[in-house]
Amino acid sequence: MKKVIMGNHALSYGAMLSRSQVISAYPITPQTQVVELLSEMCADGKLDAQFIKVESEHSAMASCIGASVAGARTFTATSSQGLALMHEMLHWAGGGRHPVVMGNINRSMAPGWSIWADQNDSLSQRDTGWMQFYCSSNQEVVDTVIQAFKVAEALMIPAMVILDAFALSHTYEVVDVPDQALVDRYLPPFKPAIKLTTDDPRAFGGLTGAEHYMELRYRLEKDMEKAPALIEETGREYGKLFGRDLGLVDPYLCDDAEFIFVTSGTAGYTARVAVDELRKSGVKAGNLRIKVFRPFPFDRVREVLGRVKKAAVVDRNCSYGAGGIFYQEVKSASYGRPGMPPLFGYIAGLGGRDITTDSFKEVAAHALSKDRPDEEIVWIGVKK
Amino acid sequence: MSQEVKKEKKFTMTLPADELMACGHLACQGCGATLAMRYMLKALGKKTALCIPACCWAVIDGPYPYSSMDVPVYHCAFETAASTATGVKAGLEMTGDTETTVVAWAGDGGTFDIGIQALSGAAERNEDIIYVCYDNEAYMNTGIQRSSATPYGAWTTTTPVKHFKTRPKKDIVAIMAAHRIPYIATASISHPEDFFKKMKKAKDIKGTRFFHVYAPCPTGWKSRPEDTIKLARMAVQNGYFPLLEIENGEKTTLNLKLKERKPVDDYMRLQGRFRHLGPDEIAAVQAEVDARWERLIKGCAA
Amino acid sequence: MRPKKAKKIVFKSAEEMPLMICSVGHQTHNLTGAWRNIRPEIDLGKCIKCGICWKFCPEPSIEVVDEWPVVDYDYCKGCGICAEECPAKCIVMVEERR
Repeated sequence: MKKVIMGNHALSYGAMLSRSQVISAYPITPQTQVVELLSEMCADGKLDAQFIKVESEHSAMASCIGASVAGARTFTATSSQGLALMHEMLHWAGGGRHPVVMGNINRSMAPGWSIWADQNDSLSQRDTGWMQFYCSSNQEVVDTVIQAFKVAEALMIPAMVILDAFALSHTYEVVDVPDQALVDRYLPPFKPAIKLTTDDPRAFGGLTGAEHYMELRYRLEKDMEKAPALIEETGREYGKLFGRDLGLVDPYLCDDAEFIFVTSGTAGYTARVAVDELRKSGVKAGNLRIKVFRPFPFDRVREVLGRVKKAAVVDRNCSYGAGGIFYQEVKSASYGRPGMPPLFGYIAGLGGRDITTDSFKEVAAHALSKDRPDEEIVWIGVKK
Repeated sequence: MSQEVKKEKKFTMTLPADELMACGHLACQGCGATLAMRYMLKALGKKTALCIPACCWAVIDGPYPYSSMDVPVYHCAFETAASTATGVKAGLEMTGDTETTVVAWAGDGGTFDIGIQALSGAAERNEDIIYVCYDNEAYMNTGIQRSSATPYGAWTTTTPVKHFKTRPKKDIVAIMAAHRIPYIATASISHPEDFFKKMKKAKDIKGTRFFHVYAPCPTGWKSRPEDTIKLARMAVQNGYFPLLEIENGEKTTLNLKLKERKPVDDYMRLQGRFRHLGPDEIAAVQAEVDARWERLIKGCAA
Repeated sequence: MRPKKAKKIVFKSAEEMPLMICSVGHQTHNLTGAWRNIRPEIDLGKCIKCGICWKFCPEPSIEVVDEWPVVDYDYCKGCGICAEECPAKCIVMVEERR
């Protein structure tokens, strides 16, 4: 059924349709609408879940983990400072193999206080053993939450579904809200093989010596390596039921492109408008929007890179001392492989500064004027 | 008593025989914390799930891939005993198990200090869990560093003799009472029948129940392992650790009324951690225990 | 109750380990009797069957067999609580012989 809803509410609908059983969350701008609508859904009986109004994000993740190991499907949402506060527990959910699904609103890290979009908060968590899905439309948000539960529970790896602060979280778009019966067909109930139960008393997470720890993490990585294929398979299955495929990357006009932007989040859709305009002025431009960042979609990225003459990665984040994070990872994906194009790195949009089609045209003008990059980072839109 | 009469005498067991905790665990000789667990499990039985944060019990249970317990245990992050237990309870209920008693089992560090936020949050929401703090008065698992449960005067590795702890022990029972939770109890391993009775009572109460259990630690207190029960008993008998219950944050019942209290000095003298204290400091401790006891008597129901 | 003297667990490969980080065996494989320097000896002639030694053992390594207390020396750590608490003073801690 089509509704006009904001990005935050798209997360709530996703969690509700997925029949989340325990929701534990703490409010933070600009996530508050996610949990407010979920509270209403629980109160109205639309969602049969326990909503724990915890006293901090750290407790939110700890209680999600407790509920998950007890066998319940769990959901939470946060942003920025809240996500950072959860950091210890993100490692816990990843390493402990707890398939929690979390919505994260990409919001800049303080200080100074900023409630606007950039990606440092979620990208700072890229080593914690969570899958990361970057969405660019509210439709994609609802769909991805449902798919995230399916993949997370199949692999016992937690997943975060990420959307830009305000640019997506508070923007209203037309969303085809999936039908509950169809979602039930796609996403069966959560039935973990091992859980916390008095019928089979075990100790979880005890002191693990050097003779065991590495094998446990080896298994996590091996299961994470199954994720790209599973995401594509479940994405096709989703397409059959709902009419919208969900994949790892979203290439736009890349088949015959000579120059591409590599983007993510809402900037990933703005880039398309810039691509159209560049094409009009004779540049064979394209856009590769990376949707799934963890696991990193090495094969899909290399496939597209291998066909173009040049690529400009636009990061809405910065790893201080090493530059844009998508740039680093795209570079490492291309390393040592034949036929890879020169890669240029750009940083734009930190602290919610707008990334416009003009920003992309500036990127294109810069990249097209050089054969190879002569700087690690080119800053877009900064008064230097 | 003649041999014949003795042979007819039944073995007295004031607690149920069943053990839900087995040998082979890694506790020090004479560990008070193990007895606290042993008695609690006798009262709660098999339909119990434990959430244990970083503390001695995180190690005592045994390393991966073993356990000494006959109940499920989730080893959780240091500050998350109460928040993990909250989640476990919700998860069990939502998956059809409304019977299992969920227990957050933490040391004094994970309760008074790093875990207090989660505990306060859970108590304010009146989560349906039993929170048990076994108190050995320092961060023992990491090598005897001070916590806010460390009493005035004690040596620890971070309050060395020349800088012994001068701040008083945090009053966790008063803090919990301020949350108006349905049930609070103190217990000592020297009085297992009292602990057992209160735990059984707590089992049938809904909402947040908090236990503060006194668990001497020979390793950290520099006391003889065989004195563990004696020290716990002395702490009760001198009024340092009163045995009481508080219902709804308001009604306090003293379980053991002491007509005369023994001097704290006898108790402190058996512990190396107080060896450096002079008569003035011991007198200060005695005065504080006396004052606290008087306040307690005044605030009690019959 | 957990079986005594359980087997040690050895995983031959990562695949043999359960997916969740959870126990598969019992800690009773660990015979803590090896820790002690002194051992309790109970004089049943003086024992009044009060149950106190059984009650206060932290392991617990004192069992009741046919109503008499019996020390399980595989696990007894020699802490001395039983001897200290025994009201009949019928438990003596003697030096462990090795």
